[in-house]
Amino acid sequence: MQNQIGTSRSFSLSDPRFRAWLFQIITLVAVVSMGWFLFDNTQTNLQHRGITSGFGFLENSAGFGIAQHLISYTESDTYARVFVIGLLNTLLVSAIGIVFATLLGFILGVARLSSNWMVSKLATVYIETFRNIPPLLQILFWYFAVLLPLPGPRNSLNIADSFFLSNRGLYMPEGHTADGFVAFVVAVLLAIVGTVLMVRWANKRFEATGVPFHKFWAGLAIMVLIPAISVLAFGSPFHWVAPALKGFNFVGGWVMIPELLALTIALTAYTAAFIAEIVRSGIKSVSHGQTEAAHSLGLRNGPTLRKVIIPQALRVIIPPLTSQYLNLAKNSSLAAGIGYPDMVSLFAGTVLNQTGQAIEVIAITMSVYLAISISISLLMNWYNKRIALIER
Amino acid sequence: MKMVKSTLAILTAATILGASGFAQAGATLDKVKKQGFVQCGVSDGLPGFSVPDAKGNYQGIDVDICRGVAAAVLGDASKVKYSPLTAKERFTAIQSGEVDMLSRNTTWTSSRDAGMGLVFTGVTYYDGIGFLVNKKLGVSSAKELDGATICIQAGTTTELNVSDYFRSNGLKYTPITFDTSDESAKSLEASRCDVLTSDQSQLYAQRIKLAQPNDYVVLPEVISKEPLGPVVRKGDEEWFSIVKWTLFAMLNAEEAGVTSKNVEAEAKGSKNPDVLRLLGADGEYGKDLKLPKDWAVQIIKQVGNYGEVFDRNVGAGSELKIERGLNALWNKGGLQYAPPVR
Repeated sequence: MQNQIGTSRSFSLSDPRFRAWLFQIITLVAVVSMGWFLFDNTQTNLQHRGITSGFGFLENSAGFGIAQHLISYTESDTYARVFVIGLLNTLLVSAIGIVFATLLGFILGVARLSSNWMVSKLATVYIETFRNIPPLLQILFWYFAVLLPLPGPRNSLNIADSFFLSNRGLYMPEGHTADGFVAFVVAVLLAIVGTVLMVRWANKRFEATGVPFHKFWAGLAIMVLIPAISVLAFGSPFHWVAPALKGFNFVGGWVMIPELLALTIALTAYTAAFIAEIVRSGIKSVSHGQTEAAHSLGLRNGPTLRKVIIPQALRVIIPPLTSQYLNLAKNSSLAAGIGYPDMVSLFAGTVLNQTGQAIEVIAITMSVYLAISISISLLMNWYNKRIALIER
Repeated sequence: MKMVKSTLAILTAATILGASGFAQAGATLDKVKKQGFVQCGVSDGLPGFSVPDAKGNYQGIDVDICRGVAAAVLGDASKVKYSPLTAKERFTAIQSGEVDMLSRNTTWTSSRDAGMGLVFTGVTYYDGIGFLVNKKLGVSSAKELDGATICIQAGTTTELNVSDYFRSNGLKYTPITFDTSDESAKSLEASRCDVLTSDQSQLYAQRIKLAQPNDYVVLPEVISKEPLGPVVRKGDEEWFSIVKWTLFAMLNAEEAGVTSKNVEAEAKGSKNPDVLRLLGADGEYGKDLKLPKDWAVQIIKQVGNYGEVFDRNVGAGSELKIERGLNALWNKGGLQYAPPVR
């Protein structure tokens, strides 16, 4: 009897399987029709009020200037290009911030565990200060209190007539490709291939004989020597053009504008404090017995940390580290406070205002942040899987 | 079952919200009368136009338009609530119904008037873009600004007009855009930028807010037309007419010599038929606008005529000391002209 109920297809509410399906379908229909309703309602209202809608505006010319653009831009370019510029500026500050915050965070995290009283207390003070002040305040501090009071371009801090630091930013010499450029690129590629081959050979020999090889120093030698020979034989790959003062400001050279500097410094300093704590917790999670065991095998402090502690600590470190990377990328939208032309300030700010198409612009901006965050997540999850402990 | 119920509840709520989203003729007037005040979008602090004084009361020419509307509709100029808005926030605030009207030094352009679901009701102030520079730079004309770094407020017509001007003159510049005028001014003082650019009226206002106003000078060039005026939502003609005629009443009053001091006497015993019609002593012109008979009397008594408003906020009687110039009445060499009440 029971068997029969399980296999028969009764369309009665007392059948739990039918009930489950029914509710699933009702919910799906409700969700889809609500989504359609909201979309349709918005469209009707926009039309009724005579507000232009659709994505046609992306083809129109923008007509305003932008302080920093990584790709070429003139005022007659389209809003679509402005969108790309904003996106690149956001990605630029996020990428620089993530790299430096990770480096600084690891150093601080290890420093806080140091047996040297001075080092560990300094790290503690740093962490407690920077992670307890809101990031927007830190950005405003670096911008208005540190970078803007620097001297103007005519009195800028001059480092070897090539680097100039003023309140207009950090001006650096710009590299133009010269005769030896192609040879130099080839040499660098050769060096990379050589290093990879050397590492493979060394690993194989280590597995077979147990004799270690100085992989780091040998690799460094290959990476320096081959390009150096190319420079000596074919000439320098770049000729450097130093920025020169002309009229109101410097002309020529690369510039890191103060808005970017302030944002990078503030986001790095802020996120590094959190990463330091994550690193500390990761290292602490590896039991002290592991260190003792490594020592008793004859490993010194350096190899113990590199080969035994860090690989195990990474399993604890990576998931919360991902959250910090996401936070940094999202906090970069605070750029609007100091006029750095990022996605929010440029696209969701100026473009929104010039076109008045709030719904489209905000939808695009939100999707972009979602896409950036999901990409970071996927990458970190993939890395996390790679380093996870393989259990049987 | 619980899930289905809550989904239904959300659907119902969304339907009600959606249905109430339409702008209908008369909707704003009814709403204002019901809530008992006018919700007015103003700037985030611009001396002469809209700025709170030491006691927190808003002052300025834009504020007086809001007060005029409150006086006409509710009979009390003080029944206004202000929403300070940045240039970037302003249009979304009026489109979404967060404010009943926008009186926030906003330039009248075709795209704002036609493509955003908004309408401009008139011109409170004829303005144009100018440049504020430090005297130390030794610049005497905007043509010498090649290569300059320029501070601009984000989301304004200034961004577009400055770009047009530099392009058409073959000059280069670097824009630094800030959300608020205070941030722009701070950056000019720190010489992050060489030039601060904005509507000329704003430059005079921002200059007096600087620590050393005398170190800065406004260049002679005016590079664009910037007619500033109040904005309402499209589709509510009744409210549009009320805001439009509030300004016209102030202009007509100045033209006829009616001031806040003599308005009550004029309403009773003027010999000028124009004045009698304006002040409701003759005819039913207020009724056409769905306003009380004495709407214009209330505006002029509590707020003043256009000349009084201008002098008190930006003209001779204020710190800014801006000349009437284009903002003088049409019969005194300016552009301000109101259709007659008849």
